[in-house]
Amino acid sequence: MSSENILEVINLKKYFKVSKGIIKAVDDISFNVKYGETFGLVGESGSGKSTTGHIIVGLYAPTSGKILFEGRDISMGVERRPLALKKKIQMVFQDPATSLNPKRTVRQIIELPLKVHGICHGDTTQKVAELLQMVELPVEYMERYPTELGGGEKQMVAIARALAVNPSFIVLDEPTSALDVSIQAKIINMLMRVQKEFNLSYLFITHNLSLMRNVASRVAIMYLGKIVELASTEEFFYNPLHPYTKMLLSSIPVITDEEEAMKPKKIISTGEIPGALNVPPGCSFHPRCPERLEVCDKIEPCMLEIAPGHFVKCHLYNSARA
Amino acid sequence: MSSTLLNVEELQVHFKVYGGILKVLNDVALTVNEKEKVGLIGESGCGKTTTMKAIMRILPWNAIVPKAKIYFKGKDIMKMSDSELKRLRRRSISMIFQDPTAALNPVFKIRDQLFDIVKYANLEMGKNLSKKEIEEEAIRLLREAALPEPERILDSYPFQLSGGMRQRVCIAMALASAHELLIADEPGTSLDVTIEDQILRLLKQIVEEKRTSIILISHALGAVKGFVDRVYVMYAGCIVESARTPDLFREPLHPYTKGLLAAVPKLTGGGIPSGIKGRVPDYMNPPLGCRFVTRCEYAMPICEKKQPRMIKAGNDHEVACFLYGE
Repeated sequence: MSSENILEVINLKKYFKVSKGIIKAVDDISFNVKYGETFGLVGESGSGKSTTGHIIVGLYAPTSGKILFEGRDISMGVERRPLALKKKIQMVFQDPATSLNPKRTVRQIIELPLKVHGICHGDTTQKVAELLQMVELPVEYMERYPTELGGGEKQMVAIARALAVNPSFIVLDEPTSALDVSIQAKIINMLMRVQKEFNLSYLFITHNLSLMRNVASRVAIMYLGKIVELASTEEFFYNPLHPYTKMLLSSIPVITDEEEAMKPKKIISTGEIPGALNVPPGCSFHPRCPERLEVCDKIEPCMLEIAPGHFVKCHLYNSARA
Repeated sequence: MSSTLLNVEELQVHFKVYGGILKVLNDVALTVNEKEKVGLIGESGCGKTTTMKAIMRILPWNAIVPKAKIYFKGKDIMKMSDSELKRLRRRSISMIFQDPTAALNPVFKIRDQLFDIVKYANLEMGKNLSKKEIEEEAIRLLREAALPEPERILDSYPFQLSGGMRQRVCIAMALASAHELLIADEPGTSLDVTIEDQILRLLKQIVEEKRTSIILISHALGAVKGFVDRVYVMYAGCIVESARTPDLFREPLHPYTKGLLAAVPKLTGGGIPSGIKGRVPDYMNPPLGCRFVTRCEYAMPICEKKQPRMIKAGNDHEVACFLYGE
């Protein structure tokens, strides 16, 4: 393995048993995250992007596959994960209103990880104040309750809590999708600043491609539990290959003419996203795909490297078919 | 110029809450012409939905309306009797809500929910439909909302349908009674991007075919841009700018509109802009003058004392800001 990767996900699978069958929430995905980079994971609801994030922080144990963190296998469940490892991987959840305990003050919320990990003993005021300053919140907020704060400010507290234990890797699960655009900008800028300051690596999960364009260095796109395209951000937006990527890009509402010009034109979104219980055979995107081939509903395509670092899972690019 | 369908002036709505009164809507004024597509944009909590609920007269019990002039085709909605209101809602105006899961009753099949609407909407038009005619009409509406297999949909409970399908059912319901004005309150926000795109394209096609007016409410600026003819921008209970859609996006005037447009991440890259500093003012004690003054880069002494009025700043372009005169 190369030493430039902080995280390697190899053939990761997570299946859930439900009364009606098996949900393949994450189905054989592989990617890696380099030191200091922001890796973007995009997809619509139910595509398995959050499940992937949850497995990495240890909320679920994977069904099969491996996750290597700084070269160590961490694919055990959270209860068997050493404390020192948990400290290095932190998470920020989508909805700050539900991820913060309403009965605790901001100080108590941020203090908890400091105590659990034995970073601070006794008076934590100094450290909590530092963390609040780091996320650009006034120190007076220390004694307030989450309900007294705005949505953006709550998310700042959640980020401060994640930063409290000096992590090296943070999973950001749609950190701004519950917030307004004017507040989103502030939070993203703050995240980018602390990333540089502490050389953090981010796994950034979102459904917002415009946002992804501006924060991630590489992007993977998921559809029904599988990664269908993976590329550097530039490649991904200027040379999208998978029909699903093109459909997604052409569905984004944009506000300037320049943006309109770079959207792929012809693909109009049709069909529904199938339920996770009855994933179509072959390529799972084939019922919605405008460029469907005969083979698509029979054989699942495999991941191909079309250009260096640009992977796509689609029969259209399989040279063997010609 | 076509004639005015809806005219709202000096609309004020307050809410009585524990600890005081929230002065939410502050002299909101807007007009919708016949066959016009109008957008209303603004961030969460700025009063977009409250404005629409005031128009429909479905405000919650703790709302106080100190002042309001809401004219629909020249008739004052505020002075309508219950039976007139019923009539208005059954045949003229209808609303699509943000969350289709909450808008549909989970314990009744679509058949029961849609049939009632079709029955009474037609009764109001003087048509007493038989059961069979109601079913035919319901199926026609579901087809119009681009739902495949309408017969199967009728026999489904809401939970058996996907989010996009549920929203299409809500659209079908609204179509039954929206013969003149359709109010769509963030119709795609709770859906995925590709599905939202489908819903918006469908709505646009329907209102253009049926020549109905529509008010599209959204906080997603891009969604509004591709849809409407004219846009109103709302901030903290006030309309701050109104213009034809291309003008607004090409040349925003109000500092809030400028900030809002700049804060949207662009597909073309270029990093994340700085956003708008500060937070929305407290409705309990809103600023005396312009409500944006606490966050405005260009704030002047006058802004704190006096409320700016909407002034003409171009062809069909109005803005409520002292930077452009008094």
